[in-house]
Amino acid sequence: MAWVGKSTLRKEGEKKLRGDAKYIDDITLPNMIYGVTVRSPIARGVLKGIEYLPGVNWSEIVKVTAEDIPGQNYIALIEKDQPYLVEKNINHPEEPILLLAHPNKHLLEKAKTLVKFNIDPLPAIFTMKESFAKKEIIWKDDNTFKSYAIDRGDVQAGFKNAKFVFEGTYETGAQEQLYIETNGVIAIANETAGVTVWGSLQCPYYVHKALMPLFNFPPEKIRVVQAETGGGFGGKEEYPSVISGHAALLSWKSKLPVKMIYDRMEDMSATTKRHPSITKIKAGFDNHKKLIALDIDFTIDGGAYATLSAVVLSRGTLHAAGPYYSPNVKIRSRALATNTPPHGAFRGFGAPQSLFALEKHMEFCARKLNSNPAIFRKNNLVKKGQLLGCGQWVKEEIEIASVLEKALTVSGFQEKRKRFLATNKNSVVKKGIGLAVFMHGAGFTGSGETFLSSIASVKATAEGKIEVLTSNTEIGQGTNTIFAQMTADILKIDPSDVEVVQPDTAHVPNSGPTVASRTCMIVGKLVEQAALDLKEKLFSIQLLNKKHTRKEFLGACKKYIKDVGELKGTSQYKAPPNVIWDEQRYQGDAYGTYAWATYVAEVSVDTRSYTTTVDKFWAVQEVGKVINPTLAKGQIIGGVAQGIGYALYEEVVWKNGKMANARMSNYIMPTTLDVPDIEVHFTEMPYAYGGGGSKGIGELPLDGPAPAILNAMEQALGIELTQIPMTPERLMAKMNENSL
Amino acid sequence: MRAYLPDYQCSSAKSLSEALRLLEKGARPIAGGTDIMVLFDAGLLAPGDYVDILGLSELKGITQKKNTLTLGALTTYSEVRQHRFLQTNFPILCDGAKEVGAVAIQNRGTLGGNIANASPAADFPPALLVYEAKIHLVSTRGMRTIDYTKFHHGYKESELKKDELIHSVSLENQLSKHHHFWRKIGSRKAQAISKTMMAGVLKIHKNVVEEVRISFGSVAPTAVRCTEVEKFLTGCALNKNTIREAKQILLKDIHPIDDIRSTGKYRLVVSQNVLEEFLCGIG
Ligand SMILES: Cc1cc2nc3c(=O)[nH]c(=O)nc-3n(C[C@H](O)[C@H](O)[C@H](O)COP(=O)(O)OP(=O)(O)OC[C@H]3O[C@@H](n4cnc5c(N)ncnc54)[C@H](O)[C@@H]3O)c2cc1C
Repeated sequence: MAWVGKSTLRKEGEKKLRGDAKYIDDITLPNMIYGVTVRSPIARGVLKGIEYLPGVNWSEIVKVTAEDIPGQNYIALIEKDQPYLVEKNINHPEEPILLLAHPNKHLLEKAKTLVKFNIDPLPAIFTMKESFAKKEIIWKDDNTFKSYAIDRGDVQAGFKNAKFVFEGTYETGAQEQLYIETNGVIAIANETAGVTVWGSLQCPYYVHKALMPLFNFPPEKIRVVQAETGGGFGGKEEYPSVISGHAALLSWKSKLPVKMIYDRMEDMSATTKRHPSITKIKAGFDNHKKLIALDIDFTIDGGAYATLSAVVLSRGTLHAAGPYYSPNVKIRSRALATNTPPHGAFRGFGAPQSLFALEKHMEFCARKLNSNPAIFRKNNLVKKGQLLGCGQWVKEEIEIASVLEKALTVSGFQEKRKRFLATNKNSVVKKGIGLAVFMHGAGFTGSGETFLSSIASVKATAEGKIEVLTSNTEIGQGTNTIFAQMTADILKIDPSDVEVVQPDTAHVPNSGPTVASRTCMIVGKLVEQAALDLKEKLFSIQLLNKKHTRKEFLGACKKYIKDVGELKGTSQYKAPPNVIWDEQRYQGDAYGTYAWATYVAEVSVDTRSYTTTVDKFWAVQEVGKVINPTLAKGQIIGGVAQGIGYALYEEVVWKNGKMANARMSNYIMPTTLDVPDIEVHFTEMPYAYGGGGSKGIGELPLDGPAPAILNAMEQALGIELTQIPMTPERLMAKMNENSL
Repeated sequence: MRAYLPDYQCSSAKSLSEALRLLEKGARPIAGGTDIMVLFDAGLLAPGDYVDILGLSELKGITQKKNTLTLGALTTYSEVRQHRFLQTNFPILCDGAKEVGAVAIQNRGTLGGNIANASPAADFPPALLVYEAKIHLVSTRGMRTIDYTKFHHGYKESELKKDELIHSVSLENQLSKHHHFWRKIGSRKAQAISKTMMAGVLKIHKNVVEEVRISFGSVAPTAVRCTEVEKFLTGCALNKNTIREAKQILLKDIHPIDDIRSTGKYRLVVSQNVLEEFLCGIG
C-alpha cells in the first residue's frame, strides 16, 4: 500500500481544530514574567544615554542593556555584524537598545513609553542608489554585503552578433510575511542549567548556534524547542535568534522564565521582510529570435545588517536567467546596505525578484519582436544537453515545454488573447491574459547541502511506535504528514504508526533548517534512508523477512528492543553523483534538480479607478512526485494568493527607514474576495534523490504570479509595466505617462 | 495590546440618563468599540473614564413615522443593509453598509460611532449629506436637532459637545423620483478604508438636471457636499461637454491629500471619474 501520493489527513490537524495545539502564547511556566524590547526611534546615530522618566516604579522592572550580555554581543549567522543590543552605534529604526521585564505585561507597555534615548543622529541612507553611490558608508568599506559575478561564453561577442537588442529595468518592493502567529518565545537561562528556549520558529539549530556565543556556552548547555508554529514563510528562519536571545538575556538577569510575544505592529515594523530589488537586463537575439546574449545586473537591498542577504542574493542570481538557453551569459549582482531593518528570508528567497525581472523582460522582447509571448518563450526554452544561466547542464529530459503547452490549453490562452483585444476596444474595464514561465531549484544552493551534512533518524519505541527524528519543523506546510507517509511506505506500516517527534535540540539530530522546500525533498529522502537503515538491522539478524506485513514489522521491532536494545536507523546527506559546483566561477550544478512551471493570470483592469482584479489563475507545474495532493494544492493556492499580494496590493510604505503602515488595515494584503479561483495542475516526474520522489513546490507560487499578472495587465492596457506592487496609484501614473 | 489597562475605567450604563450623567462627569462613550478598540490596542486611546452605551434601548432601532424614518445611534450596518424600507427609499445607506469592513464589523459597528468618530474616510457621512438628514443630540441639558450638513466642522471636529450623545438620525422620504448612486473606491474588496467615495442623488427631466446632490468622502478634512458642482449642474443638460466641465468644477469642492493610503492626485482623478460614471450612467 503506497501512502505517498495520497491525501492522508494532516497529522496535527485534529489537535489544531480542537484548539488543543499549544502555541507559544498558550504556554505559561511557573513564575514566568514578560519581556519587551525598546527600540531605536531613528535610523542612524550614536547612543549617548538612556533616561528612565517617572510614571512607573522602575526598581520593579528588570532592565537589560548591551552591558549585561554575559558572552558576545553578536547574532551568529553568516557575519558577526549585528548586535543583540545596541552598544553605541544605531544602524536602523527599531533596532533593539533596551530590554525590560516585569510580571505585568501591561505595565511594560507603559514603561516603554517612559524610556528616553539620547541619540546624536547621523545621516542615513535609504535607497539602493544612495548605498551604491556610497553617499554614506554604513557597512564595512563599501556598503556591499556580497556580490557575485557569472561569466559564460562571450557576452560582448554575443551582442555584436545579435540582430535585436533590448534593455529594461525592473523593480520589486519589500513584502511582509504576515504569518498568522507573530514571533514569540519563552526562555530560561542560568549558569547551572544553561539556556532553554521554546518558540515559534522554523530552524531550531539556527537559534542554538546563535545562543552559544551570546552566553559563551558549549552546545550541550543550549536547548531549543519548537512550539506549535503558526506559519513562517521564511520570517521565522533567522529572526527567532533575535527574540530568543533577548528573552534569554532577560531570564539570565531576572533568574525567572521570560515570555516575549510581539504584537502585530512590532512584528511588522521590526522583523525581516522580502528584499526589495532593482534588475537591469539586456538581451540580444539572432534573426530567428533566439536568445544569444544575456546581461543581467541584479541588486537587492539588504537593510542594515548582513543577515542572510548573501544567500538570498545567491539564489536570485542563480535563477536570474530563468528557464531559457543563452550561449552567452553575464550576471553581476550585489546586496547593499541601507539604514532600514534587515531584510531576510521570504518564500522564494531572491528568486521571485530576479524571475519577475526576467519574465517581464521576455514579455517586453516578445512585444518588440512582434511575437506571440508563448511561442517566443517556447522558442528559447532550455533543453536537455544545454546549459542553464548558471552553467548547469540539463542532463535529463525536462518537462518545461509540455508544462507550458498544458498551461496554454487549460487557460485558453491564445483564444482569450485574441478575444480580449477585440472586446477591450469599447470597454472601460479592460481584460488581459498573461503568463510567466520559470523554474525553481529546491534545497540549498551549490555545495550548501554537502556543507550542512544533515542527519535524520528513525527509531522504534517499546510502545510499538515509530518515531521520526529531525530538526525540521511543522509550520503549517505539512512536515509531520509527509514524513509519516514516506516512513510508512518504507516500513510497510500505517502513517498513524509514525510519530514525528517535536523538534528539540536535546533530542533530535541536526537535519538542517526548514527552508527552500528542503524538508520534503532533502530531509524526506534522509528519513526514508534512516527507515531503511532501521529495517536493515532487523533483516541482518533475520528478525524480519524482506516480504513482510505491518504486523510482522512491528512485532520484529518489539522483539529487537527486548532482545538487543535500542532500535534506531540513521542517515546522513550525501550529494547525488555527478553534481558538480564550482564556487570560484560560481557556476555548475547550482541545484540537484528543478521544478518547472508556467502560470497564467487573467485580469480585469478598471480604467476609471485603476484597480486590477485577478479573475482567474492557472498554476501548472512539474514537481517530481506529489506526496500529498491536498497539501500540495494548498501550498500552491496559498502561495499564489501571497503572490497576488506581492504583485498588486502589498506595499511597505517607508518613512526614513521605518515602516509607516505596520498594520493590517493599511498594509494591504488581499482578502478572500480579492483572490480568484486558482486552478492547480501537477505533472509528475519522480526525482530519484528526493523524498518520495519529490522536488520542491513551496516557492513556485511566489515566483510566477507577479510577472504573469503584470503581463496580463500589459495585454489589457497596451502599456509597459516594470514595477511591483502595481498599485492603482502607480498604474494611474504609468497610464498617464506612456502608451505603447 | 499597548494600553495600560489600569489607566482606563469603564462602566456599563443601564439607562440613557445614567449614561448622560457619566458623560457630564467627563466619561467618554463606547458603542460597538470598533474604532475605539483599534486605538486602545495601539496604545493611542486617551486614558480615563469610559461608559459603555451599547445596551441602551433608547438609542436602538429603526422606526418609521409617516414620511420620517429615524435610525437610533446604535443601529448597526447589518441592520441598515437588511432593512426593506431603507433598501427601496435610501439605497445609498444600504449599499454603503454592505461594503463596510466585513460581516463582523457590520454586526458590531454603529451609525453613531461612525458619525462621532468623524473620520473623513467614514462611509456613512456622504449618504447622510445627500439625504439631508437631521441629527439629534442629547445631553443632561436636553435634546437638540441640527441639519447634518452643519454637523462636521473640520478634521475630527464636529458639532458634538463632550457631554452629548448622538441620539439618532432622521430622514425625510422625498426622493422616490431620484436616481441614487454610491461608489466606494477602497484598497481591496473588503476590510478597506475608502480612498474616495461618492454618494449622489439626481433627478432629471428630458435630460435636464432638476435636482442634484453630490457628496464625497476621503477627499477633504470631512465628508463634503459638492455645492459648486451642484450649482453648475442644476438646470443643465447632461452631455459630454457639461460632464467634462462638472469634472473640472469638482476641483473647487474637494481637496484630497497624500497619506499612507493613497495620493492626492489619485483621489482627485478617480473622484472625477466616479462623478463621470454617475452622470453618464443616468444621461
Ligand atoms: C476591521 C475594521 C474595518 C472597518 N471598516 C470600516 C469601513 O469600511 N468603513 C467605515 O466607515 N468604518 C470602518 N471601520 C470603522 C468603524 O467600524 C466604524 O466607524 C463604526 O461605525 C464605529 O462604530 P462603533 O459603534 O464601533 O464606534 P466606537 O468605537 O464605539 O466609537 C467611535 C467613536 O464614536 C464615539 N461614539 C460612539 N457612539 C456614540 C454616540 N452615540 N454618541 C456620541 N459619540 C459616540 C466614541 O466615543 C468614539 O469616539 C472599520 C473598523 C474596523 C476595526
